[in-house]
Amino acid sequence: MSPVSRGFHRRRQEPAENAGRVPPGQYVTKDFPVLSAGPTPHAALDRWTLSVGRLGRQKTWSWAEFRALPTQDVTVDIHCVTKWSKLDTAWQGVSVDTLLEAAGHDGPFALAHCDGGYTTNVPVADLTGGQAWVAYGYDGQPLAAEHGGPARLLVPHLYFWKSAKWVRSLELRDTNDPGFWENYGYHLYGDPWREQRYAGD
Amino acid sequence: MAGTAVRRRLTWQVARVSAVTAETASVRTLTLEVPDWPGHRAGQHLDIRLTGEDGYVAERSYSIASAPGEPVAITVERLDDGEVSPYLTGELRAGDELELRGPVGGYFVWEPGDGGPLLLLAGGSGIVPLRSVLRHRGRTGSTVPVRLVYSSRTLAEVIYRAELDRPASGVEVIYTLTRSQPPGWSGYARRADAALLAEVAWPAAAMPLAYVCGPTSFVEVVSQALVQSGYPPERVKTERFGATGGT
Amino acid sequence: MEAVDGNAIGGLLWEVFGTEMTDAASVCGSCGAARLVAELAVYRPALGTVVRCRSCDSVLMVFVTIHDRTCVDLLGLAALG
Repeated sequence: MSPVSRGFHRRRQEPAENAGRVPPGQYVTKDFPVLSAGPTPHAALDRWTLSVGRLGRQKTWSWAEFRALPTQDVTVDIHCVTKWSKLDTAWQGVSVDTLLEAAGHDGPFALAHCDGGYTTNVPVADLTGGQAWVAYGYDGQPLAAEHGGPARLLVPHLYFWKSAKWVRSLELRDTNDPGFWENYGYHLYGDPWREQRYAGD
Repeated sequence: MAGTAVRRRLTWQVARVSAVTAETASVRTLTLEVPDWPGHRAGQHLDIRLTGEDGYVAERSYSIASAPGEPVAITVERLDDGEVSPYLTGELRAGDELELRGPVGGYFVWEPGDGGPLLLLAGGSGIVPLRSVLRHRGRTGSTVPVRLVYSSRTLAEVIYRAELDRPASGVEVIYTLTRSQPPGWSGYARRADAALLAEVAWPAAAMPLAYVCGPTSFVEVVSQALVQSGYPPERVKTERFGATGGT
Repeated sequence: MEAVDGNAIGGLLWEVFGTEMTDAASVCGSCGAARLVAELAVYRPALGTVVRCRSCDSVLMVFVTIHDRTCVDLLGLAALG
């Protein structure tokens, strides 16, 4: 049993006015922490592509083609499993609904693949109905590389490790195979409101 | 003792803070009484674990500032947005308890038998393990020549200034102040780069041993410059702190 | 986020392997680069610790601690120790 360190407490307590918007166990930050499992990739836009669909029959967009798709401005709250939440974050991106309409709804599950090798799994039902985007802009500026630019997946209703940075494809498949962190014990689904941080939660 | 593999368990134990010393406005040295301390080597670090009333646990690593044989001490820089450093530098007092484990580190260590000449390169709080090396050199009577290049934002932020301004015989200290300099400053006034190192580093032909410690960006620039100037990579030892040096 | 190096996880590695590991030799399973553990690139995004080859960026080791249990993945290494 570790002794208590006199006078030590965790960083932040939650002010009452944010109470309804902050999932259990989270604190609100004004920062935008950068957490990565590897070096920041720097994709050349003239070689960047985004692919959506089942392997072998994916629809692929070049950067120019992707940027020609209808886009949306969205303001959402985001919640990281490491306990910080950031409210009212403003993004510009293409709705995953738009991508799936073009590619075909070809499977119940998606595995996001990213530059650098990161993966994460999300049910397609959580990527549709206006719940997810491939975002290329943050706060009115092109998305910075350290935050996932040129484009990242944005799925704000799930813990933010599901909003995969540097996304290059959404592979549709029949099984909900775990991605990078899920493989090591993070929750397969990751609902912050049910505090689904780890497998078994 | 170099080369002897000492098998021991690395277990958490409770230490008592015996003194808190101000080094600069935001930096404190904590001297510790550690009941089962096995002794340490210059350059090693220890891990600290703090537990809040609600069971919240935070762990950080800090380089040991004292030489082998001296009371265990760590030097902590307060980072304003940090979680642990404001506690260690602002709240903790003599008589308080601290959980720690150590010493840790088998690579970024120096013993007099490792020889030299030594080139020590410190970025900010990267000076801490290098100060242990300097004190160890002094206490063992080693005459290995040393050049310390210490990059700090300002002179006021130089840690251990009084000690470094009176270096032992055979030790040369070169500061570079990157943000602001006092009136009349004639020393270096920029981030360490290849050109600066070309002027102050031991030439590669002298077969020097280099220790580089500080933020990752500092370590990358300096170590690459040394290797490009002819230092064999295995003669350039590096220890990278996070961009924030651990909060 | 910037990488640190294997020095930063000396305590974690000692816990996992039962001994000091920062001066242990490692060989990358992807490109064959040989480095001491202290010289490897270490990313600590708070979800876990990811150790990568400094030459080819391949993942060498992953450590994830959840509820006092640590998952250790060494599959990216060709050799260690």
